Amino acid sequence: MNPLDGNAMAGDLRELFTVDVTAARYTCAGCGHAEAVGALVLWGQDMGRVGRCPHCEDVVLRVVNAPDRVFLDLHGSVRLELPLAGS
Amino acid sequence: MGIISRGFGGRRRESVPGLPPGQYLTHDFPVLSAGPTPRIPLDRWSFTIATETGEKKSWNWAEFTALESADVTVDIHCVTKWSKLGTTWRGVSLDTLLADVETAADYTMVHSFGGYTTNVPMEDLLDGKAWIAYKFDGEDLEPEHGGPARMLIPHLYFWKSAKWVNGLSLMNDDEPGFWEAAGYHMYGDPWLEQRYQGD
Repeated sequence: MNPLDGNAMAGDLRELFTVDVTAARYTCAGCGHAEAVGALVLWGQDMGRVGRCPHCEDVVLRVVNAPDRVFLDLHGSVRLELPLAGS
Repeated sequence: MGIISRGFGGRRRESVPGLPPGQYLTHDFPVLSAGPTPRIPLDRWSFTIATETGEKKSWNWAEFTALESADVTVDIHCVTKWSKLGTTWRGVSLDTLLADVETAADYTMVHSFGGYTTNVPMEDLLDGKAWIAYKFDGEDLEPEHGGPARMLIPHLYFWKSAKWVNGLSLMNDDEPGFWEAAGYHMYGDPWLEQRYQGD
């Protein structure tokens, strides 16, 4: 199974945020690496999407889609930096 | 001329004995991975039980495979809705592994190479309900399916049957594992459709 990159999460994340989160920068809780969410290595298509840091492979974020809910788990990220519209 | 209608198919699915609600039968063995598949040389494999007081008991591969093993035929149910009936495994019962372990813990966390975790109540590991399996269908367990060895807890959804196991922590209090922290159910009974938190 070959992973995709974090850009494939754009649809899931659009349900949660009104901004394009794939352009946001995450900071990895494991190694401190900071990069665009779109650069995450994406695993686990069926149970949920698992975005791993391309630098250390630690899990940065997880998105689980239940029929009536979406869960976003950010255990693995120290912060998300989101650009403001028009800036 | 639709002799076999969708309705007929639906009724047939529901009438398959051994199939929990919401599941469909598969004859394949789908592979779900939340990360890269670890390749663990047998001379670097070990399995460690750590009790709630910090006591540890470990087995290397030779010691582990010398333990009494059992051949089991069980149905498995994935939360992504496939079920596979009558799968055959060889493994070591958790009753055997926990026999000489002094503990009063009610909960456990299963640990895997690669960092995966999943929480399982102690009582769900005992009395012939769980094994650490190292053969599937008479063959060594492939890395894609969790080899060298994986947990096998067939009465719970299959994400609880962690691949690539390397340890078990015994805990006084329940804590979420990898998928449980991201919204999946803490227990995961397929017959009660306990897929997500709150189900």
